[in-house]
Amino acid sequence: MQEKELTTKQRLRSIKKFNARKYRELKRLRRRRSVPVSEYTTQMADPNNLLEIDDLHTYFYTDIGTVKAIDGVTFQIPRGKTVGVVGESGCGKSVTSLSIMRILQEPQGQIASGAIRYNQLAQNRAIDLVKTPLKEMQKIRGGEISMIFQEPMTTLNPVFTIGKQLDEAIALHSKKMPKKEVAARSVEMLKLVGIANSEGVYKMYPHELSGGMRQRVVIAMALACNPNLIIADEPTTALDVTVQAQILDLLRSLKEKINASIMLITHDLGVVAEMADLVVVMYAGRIVEQGTVQDIFHRPMHPYTIGLMKSRPNFVESGDRLYSIPGNVPSPIDLPNYCFFRNRCSQCIAACDGAYPPLMAVSDTHKVACYLCENAQGKDGE
Amino acid sequence: MRQYIIRRILISLIVLLGVSIMLYTLIRLMPSDYVDMSTSSSINMTDEMRENIRALYGLDKGIVEGYIDWLGGIFRGDLGMSLMFRRPVVEVIGQYAPVTFTVAFIALVFQVLIAIPLGILAAKKQYSMTDYTIVTLVFIGISLPIFFFAAILKRIFGFYGLNLLPISGMLTARVNYDGFTFAKFLDYAKHLILPITCFVITGCGGLLRYTRTNMLEVLNADYIRTARAKGVPERTVIYSHAFRNTLIPIITIVGSTLPSLFSGAAITEGLFALEGLGNIALRASYMADVPYLMGFNMFIAVLTVAGFLISDILYAAADPRVRLS
Repeated sequence: MQEKELTTKQRLRSIKKFNARKYRELKRLRRRRSVPVSEYTTQMADPNNLLEIDDLHTYFYTDIGTVKAIDGVTFQIPRGKTVGVVGESGCGKSVTSLSIMRILQEPQGQIASGAIRYNQLAQNRAIDLVKTPLKEMQKIRGGEISMIFQEPMTTLNPVFTIGKQLDEAIALHSKKMPKKEVAARSVEMLKLVGIANSEGVYKMYPHELSGGMRQRVVIAMALACNPNLIIADEPTTALDVTVQAQILDLLRSLKEKINASIMLITHDLGVVAEMADLVVVMYAGRIVEQGTVQDIFHRPMHPYTIGLMKSRPNFVESGDRLYSIPGNVPSPIDLPNYCFFRNRCSQCIAACDGAYPPLMAVSDTHKVACYLCENAQGKDGE
Repeated sequence: MRQYIIRRILISLIVLLGVSIMLYTLIRLMPSDYVDMSTSSSINMTDEMRENIRALYGLDKGIVEGYIDWLGGIFRGDLGMSLMFRRPVVEVIGQYAPVTFTVAFIALVFQVLIAIPLGILAAKKQYSMTDYTIVTLVFIGISLPIFFFAAILKRIFGFYGLNLLPISGMLTARVNYDGFTFAKFLDYAKHLILPITCFVITGCGGLLRYTRTNMLEVLNADYIRTARAKGVPERTVIYSHAFRNTLIPIITIVGSTLPSLFSGAAITEGLFALEGLGNIALRASYMADVPYLMGFNMFIAVLTVAGFLISDILYAAADPRVRLS
């Protein structure tokens, strides 16, 4: 008994030591004053892509061990397209978006390895956001890549007026614009997102607005600088259904207006079907299936995706019980080297005991990480 | 807003009335008597003479009767005569309050100037060496008994140590100044350095820890993430977006320290032989100087009530979500 306790203690101590080392490394990295441009410029694999995430690993160094929130995620966001990222809570959807924006809770959360190549169209170059210094990053955040958060009630600063917060976002990225023009642009943005009394709302504080109105303000803020990429992290989760539809319509029409790409994070498959061109399904920090909307919705291959599809309410006949995937997401610490979904999967085969399955191409657009699909090549076309 | 303030003032008057009843009862229940204390050394004093003096000072009356008399005096704007000083209470308070107030006010300014920036720094660099150092020092400051810390300071800087600073009193003895000159001011300042240091070191810990905890909480808030996602530089995130939110509870704390600016720390004033309100009040309670104690305590009570009102108003000014009505 005594011995076992001691080993736990030792284990915790070694974790602490390891984390401290990681924090120090990050601190040293952040302290660098000038990073040469050549260090973070790179080449896009495909110039039609706006963003390429390449084997991204984002870890959280916590007191009980390293949480591999994202463990080797690779996908692309083409120009002008909407990519839906789906998966249940805690599968790494939000962490992916925070990694792109580089607003992880440091020093606990760090990008351990991988690249996020961003096609900086305005300057005709590609940069790796993982290596980009913070100063450069601040110009990109909000200006070229902007983010809509999921909690409209808490994402606005309670002590500043809506106008001040919008003005700040605009003024930061167009420094030479006179104040009056900035304010006019803010009011215009509020009008654009469908706020009727935009002049009045401009002077209001966040607490004077309803959740739906606040979410519109957040969207207005995200779109104010005509970004190339909009990351929408569950933009409609906190809203009621009628407002949801309005907000989605709004996002779609605005996207067309400014020709932006959208990365839409959600666990609502209906939203994905309606909005996305491409879909990425994530599970426990990895991509289990990716493809076009048609691929995923008409020919889901991974047992997890199939389960997700089945658990949609509109799938059941009246009177039936809603389907749910049995079991829980595995603990994210010390994940084993076999398919993370194995314990919950009803279609396990002998190969599932082996190493974690790689993403296998089923067709040109469709990739699945499941041994069941190993021999399914070409099946997609049927 | 105006209506709110008027209503608060009216409520305060009722509160003060209740406070005065309790104070008077407590002070009169003290097992000491001014006449006994001041005449104990004269052998010729007879009990009859003592009764006469008591009747003269109004101490022969019961608590209820005495309180009504005292309250009547209040309505005439008269706080009575201090038994110990044989002068009107208002005059005594007026004479000693400036010293206490000066020391406490300077100490408060330093406390705020030290505690808030260091608290923010500690929060900004959580779990770093800087953070640990600040938190440890604060812990030492909070835990040190003030009399012990004062003694250490006196030993180090006083006559037996570095001999840099005077250890007690307000002015150097046997030095005459004509009027209020710069030299006199410097002499005052020199004498006040140690007491103020004492106040600052032992007092700024609470405020600093409060700032740090609050700042940590605010820095984890969603709207800070939003600010960063907008591309706001880190400095602006902390000193504008986060600080405004941290400020709200801090204002309340600083606002309610108003009474302590005057009540002073009786112990510290005693240790450094400062002729301040706290020190005098301590002596007055040994001597059971009822009118002075009543006047002094009511003064503090009024300031407490006013302090709360002021911090409520400041709260509404700092936080747009709060509306006073």
